[in-house]
Amino acid sequence: MYQIVQAKLLGRNIKQFEIEAPRIAKKQRPGQFVIVRLHEHGERIPLTIEGSDLVKGTITLVVQSIGKTTYLMNSLEAGDAILDVVGPLGKPTEIEKYGTVVVVGGSVGTAIALPAARALKQAGNHVIGITGSRTKELLILEDELRAASNETYVMTDDGSYGEQGLVTKKLQELIDSGRQINYVLAIGPVPMMRAVAQVTGAKGIKTVVSLNSIMVDGTGMCGGCRVLVGNRSEFACVDGPEFDAQKVNFEVLMQRNNMYRESEQKSLNEFLANPQAELQRVRESCKLRELEEKTRAEATHV
Amino acid sequence: MSKRIPARDRMKILRTQMPEQDAAQRGHNFLEVNLGLPAECAQQESMRCIECKTPTCVSTCPVGVKVKEFLDLILDGDYIGAAAKIREDNALPAITGRVCPQEDQCEGGCLLGQKGGKSPLAIGYLERFVADYEQASGKFGMPPIAAPTGKKVAIVGSGPAGLSCAGDLIQKGHKVRVFEALHEIGGVLVYGIPEFRLPKTIVRQEVDNLRRMGVEFETNVVVGKTVTIDELMSGEGYDAVFICTGAGLPQFLNIPGEHLNGVYSANEFLTRVNLMRAYKFPEYDEPVYDCKDKDVVVFGGGNTAMDAVRTSLRLGARTASIFYRRTEVEMPARKEEIHHAKDEGINFQFLVNPVELLGDDKGWLQAVKCIRMELGEPDASGRRRPIPIPGSEFVTPVSLAIIAVGTTANPLIQSTTPDLKTNKWRYIVTDPETTRTSKRGVFAGGDIVTGGATVILAMGAGRQAAKSINDYLTSGVWETKAEEASAT
Repeated sequence: MYQIVQAKLLGRNIKQFEIEAPRIAKKQRPGQFVIVRLHEHGERIPLTIEGSDLVKGTITLVVQSIGKTTYLMNSLEAGDAILDVVGPLGKPTEIEKYGTVVVVGGSVGTAIALPAARALKQAGNHVIGITGSRTKELLILEDELRAASNETYVMTDDGSYGEQGLVTKKLQELIDSGRQINYVLAIGPVPMMRAVAQVTGAKGIKTVVSLNSIMVDGTGMCGGCRVLVGNRSEFACVDGPEFDAQKVNFEVLMQRNNMYRESEQKSLNEFLANPQAELQRVRESCKLRELEEKTRAEATHV
Repeated sequence: MSKRIPARDRMKILRTQMPEQDAAQRGHNFLEVNLGLPAECAQQESMRCIECKTPTCVSTCPVGVKVKEFLDLILDGDYIGAAAKIREDNALPAITGRVCPQEDQCEGGCLLGQKGGKSPLAIGYLERFVADYEQASGKFGMPPIAAPTGKKVAIVGSGPAGLSCAGDLIQKGHKVRVFEALHEIGGVLVYGIPEFRLPKTIVRQEVDNLRRMGVEFETNVVVGKTVTIDELMSGEGYDAVFICTGAGLPQFLNIPGEHLNGVYSANEFLTRVNLMRAYKFPEYDEPVYDCKDKDVVVFGGGNTAMDAVRTSLRLGARTASIFYRRTEVEMPARKEEIHHAKDEGINFQFLVNPVELLGDDKGWLQAVKCIRMELGEPDASGRRRPIPIPGSEFVTPVSLAIIAVGTTANPLIQSTTPDLKTNKWRYIVTDPETTRTSKRGVFAGGDIVTGGATVILAMGAGRQAAKSINDYLTSGVWETKAEEASAT
């Protein structure tokens, strides 16, 4: 059982959680993820780690409500708990001194890009941060990204905040202005990552993307997260989640991410019809687990 | 004393039949197929033993269960005693009684079966009978636990190898903690083997028995990621580590179309249905491809293939087929599973191999292109090698394809433990007699050493490891032939 010590709304339907997970807090590196399961009937979903606090033994996750499980998770508050959290999984971001790097975060992807931006800056890179979203309410962690970058650009599709346009518009401008860019890390919705890959591919700039394919165990056991990278089958959970953007087959990724669309919609509709019942289930599952753990601890002390 | 009737009369008793759930009915539910023996059948079956002087049923058992002794206790009506007798060698009798390939082991060794027209003693059914009796009675014969030694052992993986090793080590007085990557204890017993063959309550009860004996469990720990072997030994003070992580990665066929929606590895399909209970969607959140009224094909001929195809049938498939590249004789699955599958209406296509998976423009599987095979000379496995017949390709419409052609080693631990020797297939190299690896204090067994095998062979490795770990912890002497083994 994993206690939520803090829960904070960052934007519309986007919440930041600080969760007690001492083992994971100690080991996690930028780019890695955890798998969470909220209650006894829950599915396992991957969530990339934003950061950790070694002293408190906590990790930070940023979650956007998209399907049933993320909606349910975002209804949890400090004091609630999550039944299962496992990680850190996947390979960390390769942090090197590249020179000038651009870190692109699309909406909630900014949370995931943030620790990498910090590490890249610390490694001596000149970090250009670009964060973007459809509209102002979905824009998160702007101040944090500014602190982690040497220069920062904020974009919204509708122009409600920052500059109007897609993140790729700004990226293209930077390239066209003749600046030497050595490395790009792009994390966000698949269409955004594909667009970034197109922009940088034309110039041959090394570009890395973080793939969000559907996972179950997250340890390489099921192969459900397989993606086509350079025509080879790779498992996002153990070979990734970060891959060379120019080699990723984004069409196959999008097709595979659609595999359970009908089921996902059904689950979400049922949840939205009675969210309290599900919230109750999380609390009951955790209470039961707590009781079991306590009983066992007492039994071994006797 | 033996209460047996004269040998000549014993030979006249026919092998007992296992009562089964009706085939037509069970094809639509996940309840257990075999219903278990009534006591009078167990008595009668136990009587059939001809009490060989050198019992080959024991020597063919990977953990050496004392068959005649537990049969004697059955004849005495002491079923709890019989269960305790099995438990001396086998920590999980309710499980092995259900999933062991007995025809290749104890029952294969039974002399009765080698006499003309006779069937071997139904040892597996009897093992299951006493284990079920024990569980239903609520009694548990706690084996004696030695005084605490002060030594700590970490077991990495809670599958059959890990559970059996834990059961033996705890009796020696060592502190034992089992680490599991998933959220539930049991490894392949909970994610791989379906409910209708091994109910999850049976696994949970066996795990609870180990807890009663003092074994500790920690879920959600991926050793190699959450914590490394070195951190367990230096930071957390474990004196020995047993690695039994199973054969992790599913193999694919490396043919075009494997990324289509509607193509699963057997591991993924079974994990969704068994561990995540996707057959109860939407009551449980994890979805699985909706098999209802669809045509499902499973590639492979092992137990995993049988489990997958019979699961798809229970999820409502219109047709559920096995495509296997050799013939029925070469199928590695348990005979009983093949027999059950046939009764349930599973369609078997032998000597066919898929060459391409075909999809529509939205990326969904539509059909499979196969080629017919013929058998040539025997290969390294001793089975005749399948050879494609040129020009024999054909296309079959199919909505769901499940690939069950084996697994390879998961490299998570090896990659963060550089002094652990592995072979070219990334399996861990051990001294075959002691399960010792190239790293002091670290032992390994089960599929991560041998490649994909069976529950009972993994349990045998777990026992062997427990003995070797105990030797090491009590003597402090570390000798291993893993280095030499790795050279060969």
